[in-house]
Amino acid sequence: MPSKIYPSPAAALADVLFDGMTLMSGGFGLSGNPESLIPEVRRAGVKDLTVISNNAGADGFGLWMLLESRQVRKMIASYVGENKLFEQQYLSGQLELELNPQGTLAERIRAGGAGIPAFYTPTGVGTVAAEGKPVEEFDGIRYVRETWLRADLALIKAWKADPCGNLLYRKTARNFNPNMATAARVTVVEAEEIVAPGEIDPNCVHTPGIYVDRVVRCTVNAKRIEKLTVRARETA
Amino acid sequence: MVWNREGMAARAALELRDGFYVNLGIGIPTLVANFIPPGMEVTLQSENGMLGMGPFPYEGEADPDLINAGKQTITALPTSSFFSSADSFAMIRGGHIDLTILGALEVAGNGDLANWTIPGKMVKGIGGAMDLVAGVKRVVVLMEHTNKHGEPKILERCTLPLTGAAVVDLVITELCVMECDKRHGGLTLTELAPGVTLDRIRASTGASFQISDRLRERTADVGVAAGSGS
Repeated sequence: MPSKIYPSPAAALADVLFDGMTLMSGGFGLSGNPESLIPEVRRAGVKDLTVISNNAGADGFGLWMLLESRQVRKMIASYVGENKLFEQQYLSGQLELELNPQGTLAERIRAGGAGIPAFYTPTGVGTVAAEGKPVEEFDGIRYVRETWLRADLALIKAWKADPCGNLLYRKTARNFNPNMATAARVTVVEAEEIVAPGEIDPNCVHTPGIYVDRVVRCTVNAKRIEKLTVRARETA
Repeated sequence: MVWNREGMAARAALELRDGFYVNLGIGIPTLVANFIPPGMEVTLQSENGMLGMGPFPYEGEADPDLINAGKQTITALPTSSFFSSADSFAMIRGGHIDLTILGALEVAGNGDLANWTIPGKMVKGIGGAMDLVAGVKRVVVLMEHTNKHGEPKILERCTLPLTGAAVVDLVITELCVMECDKRHGGLTLTELAPGVTLDRIRASTGASFQISDRLRERTADVGVAAGSGS
């Protein structure tokens, strides 16, 4: 199999970006963000993007960079708090927002990758999240129909990748990454480490390489902590 | 005397059972983890993709790849597991989590819950709250009895956009505990915080409620725990 490894984030994205495209971007808060690929999308200057991500970055970091350059037309997210720029663009009508419950967002993406165009969930029945959507009763309980999400491009952050695109994620930096990796026409992964074939135990692969098109070693790996919480060491 | 934040958390901890899988919301519910009785094993789920949350890390040992749903740095335990967001919400929505304890803006006598937005203010988002109340076996609300204007938060019907319809099982405030019959509707006052009168509950509650014939005033069993926990 030809290697999926690209020499740089710019090279990995060179021919897959276009105006009006739909992007998925992994991460929960700033944990597990594709920190090297997002700046390349900004540099490329593509506009009118629809971005699917749990959050919209934080002041100065992550997807905030694409908001600041006004490349985003619409966000599909579950939580966009603690982000002044988002608030400002949303309130002034420059930015469209589709809020989803977090589990519905995750399942819509999973369904997109699994070839399931719609599914029923109990989440949000009787709330604005279900407005305008079909509701059906199964075994006496009401469920709302939600549809799949798919994208032109998924930007993924992994811990380790091999040349076949097999991936391992690290701790809670996994979050939406494995689901999004399955749901786009092109999946580009930035990994902290690129390892030789066979170095990832087949028994432990999180994302099988079939879902991955391109792999690049990350060039930005700041991993900013949003809320540092610690405890004092007990003194003996 | 009413329950303080620790007292409320200690009272909520009485809802825990050995072997439970539990999801705690942000704010006072997070404090419940400090009041898990010795010898009881409770596994904490974090909806960003972890079972078996440990305590905060020691200074200098925080790992940016190890955070909870409130984005705080935490630690793992030898028995912890990590998984994707879709897996995380499958275990929530699929009824595998025994108990969730979360805050609220309003609760109604019919079990409706509102805790994600106030119209006219900036929308922050929904997060995992709608999934948790729809899927977790038992939903406990832990909140102040009234809002900052002194108005009741327990109402006949919620005025704010709902997080879930007919989802609440129990409400714990600084003043009292009320059971909610989410299938048929209706609140029942079961416990009073130390020194709190029935008149005070009536005056600060915007919904009708029954009074349990088992109504009791919780005193030492929670109050002392509240003082000793940290």
